[in-house]
Amino acid sequence: MAKTLFILPFFIFFGVIIYFAIPIVKKSDPKLLPSALVDKDVPQNKLPPLSKNKRGFDHEDLVGGETLVNFFSSWCGPCRVEHDLLMKISKEKTVRLFGINYKDQTQAAINWLNQLGDPFERIVADKDGRAAIDWGVYGVPETYLIDKQGKVRYRHVGPLTERILEEKLMPIIQLLRNNKDD
Amino acid sequence: MIAELGHFALILAFVMALVQTTVPLIGAQKSNTVLMEIGKPSAIAQFFTILLAFCALTNAYITSDFSVVNVAENSHSLKPLLYKISGVWGNHEGSMVLWVLILALFGLMVAIYGKNLPPTLRARVLGIQGSIGVAFLAFIIITSNPFLRLDPAPLDGRDLNPLLQDPGLAFHPPMLYLGYVGFSITFSFAIAALIEGNIGPAWARWVRPWALLAWTSLTAGITLGSWWAYYELGWGGWWYWDPVENASFMPWLVGTAFLHSAIVVEKRDALRSWTILLAILAFTLSLMGTFLVRSGVLTSVHAFAVDPERGLFILAILGFFVGGAFILFAIRAPKMALGGFFQPISREGGLVMNNLLLSVATATVFLGTLYPLFLDAATGQKVSVGPPFFNATFIPIMIPLLLLMAIGPMLSWKQGDLASAMSRLWIAAICSGGLGILFWLLNSDKPFTPIIGFAIAGWLGGGALKELADRLLLFKIPFRNSLLRAKGLPKSAYGMTLAHLGIAIFVCGASADSAWRSEVVFNAKEKDQTQIAGFNLKLQKVDRLKGPNYETERAHILVTKDSKTVANLYPERRFYPVQQMLTTEATIYSTVMADLYATIGEGDKRNGWVLRIWYNPLIPWIWLGCLLMVLGGLISLTDRRLRIGAPEKRKGNYKTPKLGTEHG
Repeated sequence: MAKTLFILPFFIFFGVIIYFAIPIVKKSDPKLLPSALVDKDVPQNKLPPLSKNKRGFDHEDLVGGETLVNFFSSWCGPCRVEHDLLMKISKEKTVRLFGINYKDQTQAAINWLNQLGDPFERIVADKDGRAAIDWGVYGVPETYLIDKQGKVRYRHVGPLTERILEEKLMPIIQLLRNNKDD
Repeated sequence: MIAELGHFALILAFVMALVQTTVPLIGAQKSNTVLMEIGKPSAIAQFFTILLAFCALTNAYITSDFSVVNVAENSHSLKPLLYKISGVWGNHEGSMVLWVLILALFGLMVAIYGKNLPPTLRARVLGIQGSIGVAFLAFIIITSNPFLRLDPAPLDGRDLNPLLQDPGLAFHPPMLYLGYVGFSITFSFAIAALIEGNIGPAWARWVRPWALLAWTSLTAGITLGSWWAYYELGWGGWWYWDPVENASFMPWLVGTAFLHSAIVVEKRDALRSWTILLAILAFTLSLMGTFLVRSGVLTSVHAFAVDPERGLFILAILGFFVGGAFILFAIRAPKMALGGFFQPISREGGLVMNNLLLSVATATVFLGTLYPLFLDAATGQKVSVGPPFFNATFIPIMIPLLLLMAIGPMLSWKQGDLASAMSRLWIAAICSGGLGILFWLLNSDKPFTPIIGFAIAGWLGGGALKELADRLLLFKIPFRNSLLRAKGLPKSAYGMTLAHLGIAIFVCGASADSAWRSEVVFNAKEKDQTQIAGFNLKLQKVDRLKGPNYETERAHILVTKDSKTVANLYPERRFYPVQQMLTTEATIYSTVMADLYATIGEGDKRNGWVLRIWYNPLIPWIWLGCLLMVLGGLISLTDRRLRIGAPEKRKGNYKTPKLGTEHG
């Protein structure tokens, strides 16, 4: 019995290694973290608006135009990094921008938006993170590109950068806009 | 030409490492002195060939040789010299070269200073160390050659990520690597001991200085990294539970546990197999630290390489070394007879508790960091774990550990007396209450929770000082005699007191900052004012300036208190045209009691600029606490008892070394 105990570290380690290997083998580029939802309809969650004077949205509101859906939290450092860019997107009306406030205190989120500016046309609160699980959120910040049929087209994990926007998102958005009868 | 020389040197180093691995190990098995002695020259040759490669790469950076891909992608001719040099390890390939350089450096030190080790043990340690070198040199040569050429060479380089162009970060990776890689030596010692099937007090004494060196460097490295995050990222915080931070924190926790359990092996010859396990774990987590950052498995702010092929390669290395180590452990460790017995309430018992709590803490951080990954692999579900998780799980584990830290050193070996230990700690109780009440009076209008932190810190700090005072018999014998005792006291005793005091001070800083930090954000035009924590801040003006490789908007903020000028702050917002990147350069006005931290955001003359000001109480205590821990580690390193097999040259004749002849 005591002897078997000594082999335990090996088996635990072996399990860890297998788990490390799976995502690497499975995906060609682990940083891409392709969403299981790509080309599928967005999850149908009914979430409340973040506050009374903000407009909320559900899956039906996503139909009719290309939209970026951004998961963020006031406690999330990297969210601050991308915030300037989100403000720019909203100011220049590059694309429709909706927000989902993830596992956050309502007041903290409102303060955050008051201080840094509110780039979101509509915004809902996902207090317990239930909707985030349906969306497959890996960690905040995370951004999804939704086409006008309400299907997920692209997903970016981590703070959005100018480069990602120009090189990854904009080409897809352009493509979606050109294929009018898709 | 020089780049090719570097490439060639790397391959030569690989061959040297092969020699260093095979010959001494075979020699030790056959008790052949000649073969065993090969370890030393090959370790020296391996180090100098890697050094040559490293210099060749550095030369390419300093001379801005853009015909080398690595330089073209990560440097720029306009970059200041310091960042040209730090650019060498600011990227994947270069940082791997630095990694193996430090690995070989440790091998070199064992080869040179390890004269007092038994020849078979030294040969085996060098052999194992060499084998790690073989694996990582192969990794560099096959997947990450830093000397690849580019034809045609571009006119200028793509520049280093501006966030990394900072003095704090220039020295952060070398320190961190010194710590990570330092645990390779304790690992080699552990494996050598497993092969020999022999571990005891002598082994613990030999391995201790290396563990201390690694731990001290890792502490310094993590501190520098945290300090960098604090003032460079411009978010006002100092620790984010980011996967990369956690990756360096986990080996630190296990390394700390190892340092303490090795004491039990040295003094009481108990906890042998557990100590070996910790040595293996510390290096495993160090390798995972390298692996997590480099494979891109976990995305994070500071990860800079994404390549699944490299990830698999490192995974294979990890599997081979750690898997092999654990199998060896499973075969050999049960045969290591149990050492001395002890009562649960004793110094050993306290150190066992310390180890248990540190291990649980490591497991918590490990789960929090990797759980999202595991769940994804198992079920395809994706979840996220943020700072709330770590605050809710890690801190409750730390509280008993901190309370124990004062009691443990008071207990005697084998069988302690809790009641008498507690009665000696009366002064710690007073410190605890005193510090708690003092800070509560000073901050009665603010949240109460940090007071618990202060009370704990007072207990710990008071306990650490009382323990030292008791050793010196301070106030019990004439002061002059106490001074004499102070002179005779081993340096490691001072090291412990300093490190424990450092933790106490750190806890104060962390507690205060967690709940008492305040922040204002305001949109300011020139001459606008705001108040925070009794300070008045006035935006004087904003200038547009030009730096060597960036453009900048620099604000001048005048800080006054009771209409007296306190400080001038110059936060900047820099734009690096080559990388098209904006960075925030915060400015910090530091006093003993708090930091005033300012950043400037987007804006212009007409609409004003967004200024963010933080008042971060006791932040300097965090750095001071860490500094004391590092100092404690350094002072312990100078302990006379550690000189056997330690990086310390022995004077006089070399014939004497026999096991256990030199006690402190």
